[in-house]
Amino acid sequence: MNIEERNAKYNAYVEAKMPKTKPWPSLFRSFWVGGVICCLGELIKDLCLYFFPYMTTADAYTWALISLIVLASFFTGIGVFDKIGAYAGAGTIVPITGFSNSIASPALEFKREGLVFGLMSKMFVIAGPVIVTGVVASIIVGIIYLFI
Amino acid sequence: MLNRIGNQTLVFKNKPRVIGSYSVVGPKEGQGNFGKFFHKVLKDDLFGEKSYEAAESKMLLCAINGAIENANINKDNVDALFAGDLMNQIISSSFAARTLEVPYFGLFGACSTMAESLIMGACHVDGGFARYAACATGSHFSSAEKQFRYPLELGTQRPPTSQWTVTGMGCTILGLAEKGISIDYATIGKVVDWDVTDANNMGAAMAPAAMSTLKAHLEDTGKSPDDYDLILTGDLGKLGSEILIDLMEYHGYKLGTNYNDCGQMIYDNTQKTFMGGSGCGCGASILNSYVYTRLLKHELKNVLFIATGALMSTVSSQQGNSIPSIAHAVSISIGGKDV
Amino acid sequence: MFDPIMYLKVFAVGGLVCMIGQILIITTKMTSARILVTFLLIGVALEAFKLFEPIRDFAGAGITVPIVGFGASLAHGAISAGEASGLLGVLTGGLTATAGGIAVAIFAGYVFGLIFSSKTKK
Repeated sequence: MNIEERNAKYNAYVEAKMPKTKPWPSLFRSFWVGGVICCLGELIKDLCLYFFPYMTTADAYTWALISLIVLASFFTGIGVFDKIGAYAGAGTIVPITGFSNSIASPALEFKREGLVFGLMSKMFVIAGPVIVTGVVASIIVGIIYLFI
Repeated sequence: MLNRIGNQTLVFKNKPRVIGSYSVVGPKEGQGNFGKFFHKVLKDDLFGEKSYEAAESKMLLCAINGAIENANINKDNVDALFAGDLMNQIISSSFAARTLEVPYFGLFGACSTMAESLIMGACHVDGGFARYAACATGSHFSSAEKQFRYPLELGTQRPPTSQWTVTGMGCTILGLAEKGISIDYATIGKVVDWDVTDANNMGAAMAPAAMSTLKAHLEDTGKSPDDYDLILTGDLGKLGSEILIDLMEYHGYKLGTNYNDCGQMIYDNTQKTFMGGSGCGCGASILNSYVYTRLLKHELKNVLFIATGALMSTVSSQQGNSIPSIAHAVSISIGGKDV
Repeated sequence: MFDPIMYLKVFAVGGLVCMIGQILIITTKMTSARILVTFLLIGVALEAFKLFEPIRDFAGAGITVPIVGFGASLAHGAISAGEASGLLGVLTGGLTATAGGIAVAIFAGYVFGLIFSSKTKK
């Protein structure tokens, strides 16, 4: 048996032997936690509109996002967010809370390497790609729209 | 005349013996299955330090000092320290050696370092190059997580094949003595890579290396797996050790109930570690506590300790390389005619 | 405001989006950074094909809270500012529209990073 054949066979064997995540419980958990976080956003928006009747809906949604970002960052700081994340998986990663957590968690982790090269530069190890992708994609879309 | 048999196995004719050992573990490991065997269980894995890296180094220093004390020898008689860890440039070991001020060799064998250091120590003692050799290694969950995976507070799920890096250290002092646990043979492993790329599935990456070394050991010494009371792999985990059993069976060796894996054993099933423990500290802490204790009580007569290591880095993983692995085997025994 | 039917829709759509993320994690072993990038691109695409607004009108926070909404805002900012002031608008529009979220995430991360330290896990 040549080496490539052996390796392919071994990897197929490992793949078959690997324990799998039971999909349904984890799908359900991500569904309900994600749904609740979105509802929380909607609630904050409604509260903003209720207490500040002259606020625009767009601004109210922005406040909702900002509140969720601060909340997620705070829960990261007190060491609770990762526990919710371990339970909910994508339920906390996909909402804006995941973005906030991805900035706050390396900030906490790397502050021991100093403020500049630790906290501030490592803040973007996970969120950096998100911002870069967003900026690049939006500029490309914007330019396409300029020509059509 | 060469002190070796077969292709990869060393024979220690002067019988270097374990004259002292010590293990230090974190709180989670203390709550696991071997809590009562460890010499020291920390309440806080920061160990009074400002960072986990500093805590790791302090724990390793504590294990080495503990073993020297346990051996009841003077530190100045330790002619060589062999130590390694998982941190970049093995800072934990070197920083511990800085404080100790003994002749020092820094080793990197990833999680195989306990066996690697024992082999190097045994060679030095057997060859008359050291009166006493200290062999130490360890790992720390929080520093390893930071270096190899994600920030601790990042909200992600661990994949079901993942293992939990053990916060634990172990140190063995070897020297020549009249009686006690002796190091008889050592089989030096070759780097083996069967093209596993998933860094969350170390057990599968390392199992072929363990198989290669175990097979070489049995062929070189002419022993069969049943000749050992215990064959103990370092940190293959549940999946990896099942794979090893299958691989050995494929090559015509049957591993029975005398086979176990430190990673599989160390944590309680309720501790949510999926495939079990991993890291240098996994094998090191169990060997230096549980295994020696049972050998000294003559509950075990001879043990084959095979520490396995995955020799990749975060850079190599990101560049899509597969995970080369290594395993070293050390044959340890007590009793027999020379006691 | 406070319409229970709306909350039901928010819950269903928001939950569904997250569940799609979980399916991706299980089937492709994607890391969280890749999940975030993927959903952000989905948001940019939805906005580019003018599909985002109808979904938002239907599900409100159910689509704006997921990172999809962040991507859509970036694209919307670039497109609308581009229509108003040409290429310069395209360059400034995306980040202007999302500046609030990014600034707050950085500010909160910095402040909480100073206050708290990461804790070891059990």
